[in-house]
Amino acid sequence: MFKFLQDDPAREWVNIFIDGEAVLVPDQISVAAAVLYQKKGFTRMTPVNAAPRAPLCMMGVCYECLMVIDGQANRRACQETVKEGMKIERQMGAGEQS
Amino acid sequence: MKTEVIIIGGGLMGSSTALQLALRGYKCLVLDREYPGRHASGVNAGGLRRLNRHPAEIPLSVAAAKIWLNIRDLLDSDCGTQFPGQIRVAENESDMQKLEARARQVEKLGYHHEEIIDREELYQLVPALSPHCLGGLMCRDDGFGQPFHALTAFRYKASSLGVEFRIGARVDQVDQFKGDWRVQTPVGSFKAPILVNTAGAWAHQISQNLGEPVPLSPGSPMMMVTERIPRFLDPVLGAASRKLSFKQMPNGTLLIGGAHMAKLDFNRERTEIEWRKLAVSARTVLALFPQLKDVRIVRSWAGVEAFMPDHLPVIGPGLEPGIFHAFGFSAHGFQLSPVVGQVLAQLIAEGMSEFPIEAFTIERFSSAKLISKQKVV
Amino acid sequence: MKSHYSLVIIGSGPAGLAAATLAADHGLDVALLDEQNQPGGQIFRNMESMPASRVEILGGDYQRGQELVEAFRASDAHYFPETRVWSLNTQGEMGLIEQGMARMISADKVLIANGAMERPVPFPGWTLPGVMYAGAGQILFKQAGLVPMDGVVLAGSGPLLLLLAWQYIRAGVTIQAILDTAPLTNLLRALPHLPRALMAHHYITKGLEYQNEIKRAGVPIIKGISSLEAQGEMSLERVSYRKGLQRQQIETQCLLTHFGVIPHVYLSRAAGLKHHWDHHQQCLRPVSDEWGETSSRTLFIAGDGGGIGGARSAEHAGRLAAFQILYQQEMLTKQQRNQLAKSDRQWMREDLHIRPFLERLFHLPPALLNRLPDNTIVCRCEEITAGEIRREIASGHDHSNQVKFITRSGMGACQGRQCSQAVAQIVADQSNQVISSQSLYRVRPPVASLSLGQLASLFPEEQE
Repeated sequence: MFKFLQDDPAREWVNIFIDGEAVLVPDQISVAAAVLYQKKGFTRMTPVNAAPRAPLCMMGVCYECLMVIDGQANRRACQETVKEGMKIERQMGAGEQS
Repeated sequence: MKTEVIIIGGGLMGSSTALQLALRGYKCLVLDREYPGRHASGVNAGGLRRLNRHPAEIPLSVAAAKIWLNIRDLLDSDCGTQFPGQIRVAENESDMQKLEARARQVEKLGYHHEEIIDREELYQLVPALSPHCLGGLMCRDDGFGQPFHALTAFRYKASSLGVEFRIGARVDQVDQFKGDWRVQTPVGSFKAPILVNTAGAWAHQISQNLGEPVPLSPGSPMMMVTERIPRFLDPVLGAASRKLSFKQMPNGTLLIGGAHMAKLDFNRERTEIEWRKLAVSARTVLALFPQLKDVRIVRSWAGVEAFMPDHLPVIGPGLEPGIFHAFGFSAHGFQLSPVVGQVLAQLIAEGMSEFPIEAFTIERFSSAKLISKQKVV
Repeated sequence: MKSHYSLVIIGSGPAGLAAATLAADHGLDVALLDEQNQPGGQIFRNMESMPASRVEILGGDYQRGQELVEAFRASDAHYFPETRVWSLNTQGEMGLIEQGMARMISADKVLIANGAMERPVPFPGWTLPGVMYAGAGQILFKQAGLVPMDGVVLAGSGPLLLLLAWQYIRAGVTIQAILDTAPLTNLLRALPHLPRALMAHHYITKGLEYQNEIKRAGVPIIKGISSLEAQGEMSLERVSYRKGLQRQQIETQCLLTHFGVIPHVYLSRAAGLKHHWDHHQQCLRPVSDEWGETSSRTLFIAGDGGGIGGARSAEHAGRLAAFQILYQQEMLTKQQRNQLAKSDRQWMREDLHIRPFLERLFHLPPALLNRLPDNTIVCRCEEITAGEIRREIASGHDHSNQVKFITRSGMGACQGRQCSQAVAQIVADQSNQVISSQSLYRVRPPVASLSLGQLASLFPEEQE
């Protein structure tokens, strides 16, 4: 859904895992940005209706981007910065991993 | 048809009383200063607990528990009730002795609902509990309900039987007028021969107005609720020597109470969370479930509730004829509400109640007795 | 971090930066707290590590941000990044999380400069992946250099929508269409205010420049659309809307919406400050005067958090608040204050001229909410629909707090930030009330993320 502007040659890249898949993304970006770049479609399934959701506000207000990050559920992906080796999983319901 | 009973306070006690009176054919009017459930009745922890009741409350609580198990029969709603049991956890030997003494006391009174459970059973029931606990005291079919839903169900049912509710009816003045009690409010002046005071944290103002002052202090117990997490806990937990009420709601959130008080500006009806004390609540939870340390708190709040010095409610007739009280439940009234309505309705309709209520008389506050007598003279 | 400062400023957008710099330059002991890892706020996000070419694309205002940040960095103000305030009271006591650690600190004066948030406006399908706020699009752009694939659709109304379109075009993104939800009557209502607005003409000039650029790029702006819907199975597949009597649709995987911004009042409300409902800005705002003084002697407010005025005004408002605080702390005389604050006051007075025009031009049409189909989700967290809310209002729950208790709307993780306005509006419409400062859900702290472990770490001296 999103693509990177090729405007920052000095950018460093890190390896992360999204749902087990290794992905190379620029450092300093948020997990939510990395996931949107990966065209993952959704970041969580809601606990009530099991409906897919994805980041909405990107500023920590809406809590739509809850994901399981390094084994910890209910993290806001827009508020976490990617780190080398980080394991990111889509969140199902109240915090079960996909 | 003329109003026969005016009920001041449309919370759980007022609505329950209105319902029971309506079932007995009385024409009732309920006055609420804001809207029913604005304070303690709507925002309490919803505990359906017989466990660890004061001996004087046990008969009422046992009767109430039976009603709650089939609350749909009374209110056409299950009020979000669940009955996974309530447990008081013992964290050391002295806790365990305390719980065993309690169990013996209840047995002696002829009740069998509070049982000691051993360590093995405790961890079968609560596998996620920190391993240091030794056992507990349990009421197997205690549980919880949804207070605002229960309140609404009482109100709807009462309304369907002809009870009238007036909101925004803050009582300015109560007096006697041509043999009736007259209640003046910004939304009108109302008269009836019988007056019920179920005004919660404002009940002392009403009773003062009636010449029956009581040492009621308004207080604001704090609660907090967390985000949803995967299910890990069924029973409601308390602790033998800590202030705690802890449960996981059906939707996965954790509801944490423990009667730590918020700062309260009673006149402005404003509460402010006392983080210093709420931190104690959080430490208590983490002592029992250290794995919850990263769980996010979604909100905290404090309703305004009436506390009596002996933590027992006032239930029964007032000193003047035609006056009845039910208030001062000191943060454990939710469970009693269906039966309190019955008690007041019986007192009003039959002049006596099938339940023992001597311990709850307003006359136990001697100053009330004294002042009232002086007034009569 | 110390446990007490003379002045704590919450938020490092233009208001916070300007205030902190000024107050520190006059010798006040200032701490500036901000949730991001660099100063700048949402408007100047990622300022210090942005490649020059991206700064160029983002346009002139962004360069102003660099000046503000540099001046702030050169000052003696203490800066605490990755710090969020989760409680605040009128005694100047606040709870915060600084880089994961919970703390309680206090201040003689607190300046709330926490800015604005997107106005949440529910519409059918707004929960689908692929639908985001325009502000989110801008954050992705500024912070990650991420832009939508070709074919993105923008919808709503408000200056930010045009700005974002202009920036995307400069970045080479192909925008499929801009759907303008402002009814044509808005322009008619705004026009009488145009002459006065011209006194602050830089806004108008800029707006026209954006519009021209968008037209030159061949992006269709479809005006006066209604009944916006996002459709798709697991994610957005198409956008549907009504234009005149016709329903139209556009295939797209990405829809960015914007219905204006509103003050982020959670902190000011949690602190118990007086607020009023601004019928022109259609939002709640804290009561404050030209110096940013609120209903509390301790708490000040500046920038969009006090009422929407934009980045330039925020900067001046921040300085005015700092002048007043310096005066109250006896570091300036009244005369000095008035002398120094002259140009900032002048700006703020002139800036007021543009507001009536903009507010009418971008007025949110009531039909957006009162014609919302019953099956549309209003509370995203608890997944409560407009129909469920209307049913409870019909059965007598005529305040949003009661609707909340009975349906759980507003009880989810976002603490009602996404639905409180919409629910209040639906309640007001259906029960014939005028929306007021009392219409929104009560605010329940903590107003920022706080875990049980973080709370438990506080006040270790307390007896149990």
